[in-house]
Amino acid sequence: MHIPDGYLSPQTYVPLFGVSACVWTIALRKMKSELSHKHIPYLAMSAAFSFLIMMFNIPIPGGTTGHAVGAGVIAILLGPWAAVLAVSVVLIIQAIIFGDGGITGIGANCFNMAIVMPFVSYWTFRLIRSTENTGARFYIAAFLAGYLGLSVAAVLTGIEFGIQPLIAIGPDGLPLYSPYPLSIAVPVMALEHLALFGVLEGAVTMMVLKYFMKHEPDAVVGMREAS
Amino acid sequence: MTGFHKKLWLGLAAMAILSPLGIYLPEKLGAGDAWGEWGSDTLKKMIGYLPAGLEKLADIWKAPVPDYNFGGEGASFGSQALSYIGSAILGVAVVALLLYLISRIVIRHEK
Repeated sequence: MHIPDGYLSPQTYVPLFGVSACVWTIALRKMKSELSHKHIPYLAMSAAFSFLIMMFNIPIPGGTTGHAVGAGVIAILLGPWAAVLAVSVVLIIQAIIFGDGGITGIGANCFNMAIVMPFVSYWTFRLIRSTENTGARFYIAAFLAGYLGLSVAAVLTGIEFGIQPLIAIGPDGLPLYSPYPLSIAVPVMALEHLALFGVLEGAVTMMVLKYFMKHEPDAVVGMREAS
Repeated sequence: MTGFHKKLWLGLAAMAILSPLGIYLPEKLGAGDAWGEWGSDTLKKMIGYLPAGLEKLADIWKAPVPDYNFGGEGASFGSQALSYIGSAILGVAVVALLLYLISRIVIRHEK
């Protein structure tokens, strides 16, 4: 889901960079009021976790690969604003040092995986969990949080790819950037994440959250009442 | 550092050591690039031409450790696996330090 350089037109990546930059400034302010010193080690670990889980490329035999992002569970544990910051830093470092995702794609990739994804996950979890802190409903909420968060991010990425042939065509009639239309890009991105990578994200979200609830339930931001 | 923190860091270290699975399994199962993340050569083979705008932007940045690989494209799997673990350690060190510094500055109050 890391859009490389060249696949998005400037008309796409410039505005998305602007949106992401605005959200980053809000995130820094929100974190200040929502988190305390005891969260600092977890913030560092959450970025490490997101970086590492994205290295586990999961193959579709004979096809493409994909991976979990970890943004869902970070949003539940530390709040969506902290997840925005942690995953954005990871995506920026991946682009700059490892060439994973483009430099011009930083705004778009952060928008999909570090902004939309954590909020979808967080709201899904809060909505489904209701007042239950244990039991089947709690774990279903955690699973769906990760599953839907990643899937929505994938669909958005598909849309960003898919609109390129509509908005940027050269004089010869050929697409200037990502060549596949919406009718291919969106279904492919949606299906592979709904069928496989999203399931992994959901399972990871559930397991990590369960581990935190056992050892440090008081630190879990997503369990606070009426936040 | 509490016992729980130590356990979490150990879990992260285990992930770093196991990370080469993320390049081994795709190769074993014949899976290629992630969708939409093809290099220029691959894309040209797929669609028969290279989009003009893409060609201009594709090499705008030269990453110091492209594809989490220190050894270049022709490196053996063993060397790639070690590179991958090295990249995991480097990446974790950089992002964890950045998050630590940023959150130390941003979060001032005790709760």
